[in-house]
Amino acid sequence: MINALGRPQTVLLLGGTSEIAQAVVAAWARTCRPLVVLAARPGPRRDAAAAHVESLGLEVEVVDFDAERTEEHPALIDAVSREHDIDVAIVAFGVLGDEEQAWQDHAAATRLARVNYTGAVSVGVCLADVMRRQGHGMIVALSSVAGERVRRSNFVYGSTKAGMDGFYLGLGEALRGSGAGVLVVRPGFVRTRMTAGRSPAPLSVTAEQVADAVVRGVARRDELIWVPAPLRGVMSGLRHVPRPLFRRLPL
Amino acid sequence: MSEQSPGKGSGQLAGGGRMLAGWGRTAPTVATTRRVADGAAEVAELVRRAGPRGLVARGLGRSYGDPAQNAGGEVLLPLPTRIEHEPDGRPGTVRVSAGTSLHDLMAELLPRGRFVPVTPGTRYVTVGGCVACDVHGKSHHVAGSFGRHVVSLELVLADGSVHEVGPDRDPELFWATVGGMGLTGVITSAVLRTIPVESSWMTVTTTRHPDLDSVMEEMRTGDRDVTYSVAWIDTLARGRSLGRSVLTRGEHARRDELDTSAAARPLVAPGGARLRVPPGVPGGLVRPLTVRGFNEAWFRRAPRHRTGELQPLAAFFHPLDGVADWNRLYGPRGFVQYQCVVPDRAADTVALVVDRVARQGHASFLSVLKRFGPGDEAPLSFPMPGWTLALDLPARAGLAPLLDELDRLVAAVGGRVYLAKDARLDPARLPQMYPRLADFRSVRRRVDPTGVFRSDLARRLGL
Repeated sequence: MINALGRPQTVLLLGGTSEIAQAVVAAWARTCRPLVVLAARPGPRRDAAAAHVESLGLEVEVVDFDAERTEEHPALIDAVSREHDIDVAIVAFGVLGDEEQAWQDHAAATRLARVNYTGAVSVGVCLADVMRRQGHGMIVALSSVAGERVRRSNFVYGSTKAGMDGFYLGLGEALRGSGAGVLVVRPGFVRTRMTAGRSPAPLSVTAEQVADAVVRGVARRDELIWVPAPLRGVMSGLRHVPRPLFRRLPL
Repeated sequence: MSEQSPGKGSGQLAGGGRMLAGWGRTAPTVATTRRVADGAAEVAELVRRAGPRGLVARGLGRSYGDPAQNAGGEVLLPLPTRIEHEPDGRPGTVRVSAGTSLHDLMAELLPRGRFVPVTPGTRYVTVGGCVACDVHGKSHHVAGSFGRHVVSLELVLADGSVHEVGPDRDPELFWATVGGMGLTGVITSAVLRTIPVESSWMTVTTTRHPDLDSVMEEMRTGDRDVTYSVAWIDTLARGRSLGRSVLTRGEHARRDELDTSAAARPLVAPGGARLRVPPGVPGGLVRPLTVRGFNEAWFRRAPRHRTGELQPLAAFFHPLDGVADWNRLYGPRGFVQYQCVVPDRAADTVALVVDRVARQGHASFLSVLKRFGPGDEAPLSFPMPGWTLALDLPARAGLAPLLDELDRLVAAVGGRVYLAKDARLDPARLPQMYPRLADFRSVRRRVDPTGVFRSDLARRLGL
């Protein structure tokens, strides 16, 4: 159960090697001791992520998960839910890819779409089913400001996040009254392994800042948060900038 | 009938599920609710048909946390009110359905010159809930908690069988059910001893105390001579005023103590709530500034010393019942009540707790301090001889670490927190606070091996 002050007892990390997911778990570990079910592809990165969770003093269970193998998702999430109530599920997987390659390389573009959008929709449907049966729970969807207004510079990635973001906002509405909730998190530029080598945009944040915002958002049962919060204002302005002007902005 | 429907802070949803929350409104979950029209036979049938996420009974939803919620499972709504006077010819006793509220029971008893043996701070609680939480009142130091006044209980067990248990009939199961948070079975009715009263008025003595030491000294020496005693503490006062409080003590007024207007109607049942929080009232009115102002005004308003004031029973026992839905003043994020008890030898811990709360500036409306007498045999019963302090705290950032720290202080001296109020305890701390937890679990394994009776509280704390 998530207690009155927002502390979960079991957390499922889909994309458990993600730095943000790891940072969220570390943030909880400072205040409570949730069991972490770490879902990721087998390999050294998953081993390292599991070891990190253990080093935080938390119990960890590891399950095989590949965002692209959507046909396996229902059985996987059902199996996890049979063992534990899933108090919080964090949809943390995603790929960024090379922006210019992405729209010119068929394989790269469709992979981005499969992982970031199709994979996210797939687990979202399964999680919603489980949480409705549980009568409680929270799905945290790690979206991105990139999806709020899709820019020329990374439009393949941005479009997958726009789709994913829209799906989870809608899922949150659909789950209203079921006891389950959805928190859509829109971070700005996060300085992580995924963005290494890219020059940080203004208002960039660390994985830890995103993590603190997620922990707070779960406690408050929020539906949508921006990290950092001022991005909300910035983006709502940018959203309405006319296209000819928008294309000239150094974004 | 009571004015308050079951499950305030809840709403019916399409598809049969219903969102249920405790009085603190902090962690709502959805369950399938079942209304029971009759008695044990119907409950037994529902218990036999319970689904994989189990079942728990709910009364009027006044527990602050989650004991009467069962996410994804079933929740039985209270049985209709039924009161039988002097069953089996035993004078001074009543047999009541578990869904009967103390409000309804008082309405039946007072005209006959009787009163409930123990009442908590609200009368909108059911008899079933009073047993399951083993509630206490302002008379605990002399009367003990609710379980002490129960002659017998009718209990539907996990296999659908109906049993009569009491202190002399399967005492192990009886005492596990008292304070057992509804997890041993569904209580369908209870036979209770009531107490005689000459009037529905109280003679009240009020004294104002400038600090915690003074009020605790007064309670330590004087409580044994009075039936009802409670202190209201201003937990925002700091420094030399730390723990300044108003001590209120009362006795049931005798006929010869009534003034003419009271004597004209010596035995009247308490009325319903006169005020209601309007639907448009914004949440979050309870903030440090408003609470500080209120506590200040309330402290100054209290007389320095006044004896023999006549008060209607409801004003003395249940001042908050005058405002329906007062919990909504805390806003959508709700609030937590932190109630702890520490043994006599650890009276200093009360001061430590008050000091921590005052320092952190978490706003608690008038907090309650009481002295407990001896506890009872129930393994999960809350009271133990010593001091109990209850604080209402808005659920906001920073509260969790503060309450964790209070838990550490309380557990270190052999104290505990009250499960009927809890919504956030670390399950790892439970066995330390309730050393007889294993006894409770062993009874539960005996009578409910497959875990038919479940609640969010049980899941959260691993009861």
